[in-house]
Amino acid sequence: MSLALTLASRNLFYDRLRFIATLVGIVFSVILVMIQMGLFLGFGHMVSTMIDHASTDLWVVPRGAKCFEDSPLLDLKMRDRIAAVSGVTATIPLVIGFSDWRLESGEVTPVFIVGTDLRDGALQPWNVVGGNVQALSERGAVAVDRSYFDRLGVTGVGSTAEIRGHHVRVVAITDGIRSFATTPYVFVDLKSARSYTGTLNDRASNLLVRLNPAADREKVLQAVRAQAGDAEVLTPDEFRSRSRSFWLFGTGAGAALFAGALLGVIVGTVIVAQTLYSSTKDHLSEFATLRAMGSSNRYIYNVIIYQALLNAVIGFAIAAGLGAVVVQITAKSALPIVITPWLMAALAVLTVVMCVASAIGAIVRVVRIDPATVFMR
Amino acid sequence: MKDPVIEAKAITKTLGRGAGEVQALRGIDLSLRRGELTLLMGPSGSGKTTLLLILGCMLAPSSGEVMVCGAPTSQADKEGLAKIRRDHIGFVFQSYHLFPTLTAVQNVQLALDIRSERRRKARERSRQALKMVGLEQKTNALPLELSGGEQQRVAIARAIVANPSVVLADEPTAALDGSNGKTIMRILATIAHEQQSAVLVVTHDPRVLPFADRIIQIEDGRLVDERSGERERVRMPRSAAFGAD
Repeated sequence: MSLALTLASRNLFYDRLRFIATLVGIVFSVILVMIQMGLFLGFGHMVSTMIDHASTDLWVVPRGAKCFEDSPLLDLKMRDRIAAVSGVTATIPLVIGFSDWRLESGEVTPVFIVGTDLRDGALQPWNVVGGNVQALSERGAVAVDRSYFDRLGVTGVGSTAEIRGHHVRVVAITDGIRSFATTPYVFVDLKSARSYTGTLNDRASNLLVRLNPAADREKVLQAVRAQAGDAEVLTPDEFRSRSRSFWLFGTGAGAALFAGALLGVIVGTVIVAQTLYSSTKDHLSEFATLRAMGSSNRYIYNVIIYQALLNAVIGFAIAAGLGAVVVQITAKSALPIVITPWLMAALAVLTVVMCVASAIGAIVRVVRIDPATVFMR
Repeated sequence: MKDPVIEAKAITKTLGRGAGEVQALRGIDLSLRRGELTLLMGPSGSGKTTLLLILGCMLAPSSGEVMVCGAPTSQADKEGLAKIRRDHIGFVFQSYHLFPTLTAVQNVQLALDIRSERRRKARERSRQALKMVGLEQKTNALPLELSGGEQQRVAIARAIVANPSVVLADEPTAALDGSNGKTIMRILATIAHEQQSAVLVVTHDPRVLPFADRIIQIEDGRLVDERSGERERVRMPRSAAFGAD
């Protein structure tokens, strides 16, 4: 290990107050970026959660549908044509839409109905923690997420309410199926969904298409598209991407999150740059001594860069620890912050880049140093 | 006579501009040779420090040429001058300029670290250098834990650890009492005579005269007198010479 690193660490720890101020700046910055990006990923997962959990291969959606919740109705007359395409094994109508949930207290709250033919298992509730999904085929049976118990006036399996005047009973409880729009999802069978949303039998919000695993997917996709008429046929990836684009960028939510993250980077860079510059200024006579001794500029840059990197490593380690706590805290919230290994890696790189970029001011200052000043003191 | 390590020819230096212009050096010719301890003496403002800076490749002369180990320095850029200093010159400063957060041995080692010497070997050489100046017991002390004389000895160890051709010392005894000043001068004299380095000491301090092989007087930017010194015999065994205050 070069003494440059030792010198850098001693310089850094010499003024503890400034070191703490630097760390606070870095941690604040990294946490801010982490939360913004974690929210971004959380949004991304949340807005595509239904698409992610559908077990089918293609989505037939109304032309121009922006996202899963964007639910103009399809005319199902193309269903038979699509079903007849070689390689298609099932076509499953999906009916979704807003409806009213009346609690036993008489209070009314909006809910989002998700209904499909349960025999096909195309889009069933997941993470079931209570009750039985098969019971959804019973008349008036619904599945709700436990995070919405208070909102829906539900205490568990067996709780009752009304949807559009129809008596309903909770038969299954899920955990973690939350809606981006905060309106609770209510899973029902297809027939009930039509009743609760007022959808006619020859209409559906989407048509889910299951393919033969052995079929040439691209070929079948083109054939299904040819039979879909005005409707669009999307792969899950395409629909997921479209939904995320709409919610995250079409609404400006993503831009706001990125702006927050950018702000974090700027604040962090400025704080680190300021403290690093100040530290360098305090140690100018030492750098001048090094220069007088014949040190190359590169050696001196290394000392400053090492200081920046030490700041980055220590600051990031603290921020990562706090980030893990934030993830735990928000895991059960309406909008969990999602931090993936890739996000952590990107944040680590960002922290290093931010700290090293912050060193530029200090380096520029040192470049101008005159070694002769050593003889003036 | 030995070849000069540093040779300055017709050096002039003008500082400032316009009404504030000062002719700091006016045609200096000077050679520093291995094995010699030279004193550069003169009143304040006579140009001592300016000459030291030019000889130490930290300040460019207005005219004239400085040769270090036979190579001209006038064409070198800042990095080139730094390399000349790194390769040939060791400095001892009046205010020591030790790194307060590094131990004595690390301060010395720094001079080898900037020369990219491997750490283990650099550490061993640094310990040896500290031993030469009588500080082998204080290798792990921080500068603040050392007396002024000890700090200056660490600074000397730092200056000589890379075996420079020339050691330039700026008022090395100015901040020290008589005993410590004498020790420092003994060490510098021994560096000149045993390591065969050229040693130039810029000083006001008449107490150092007995250690000089050569004494140069500077006044108003001109060398006005040069004579042999009245060096006392300091060629005692190293163990006895160093570290004894």
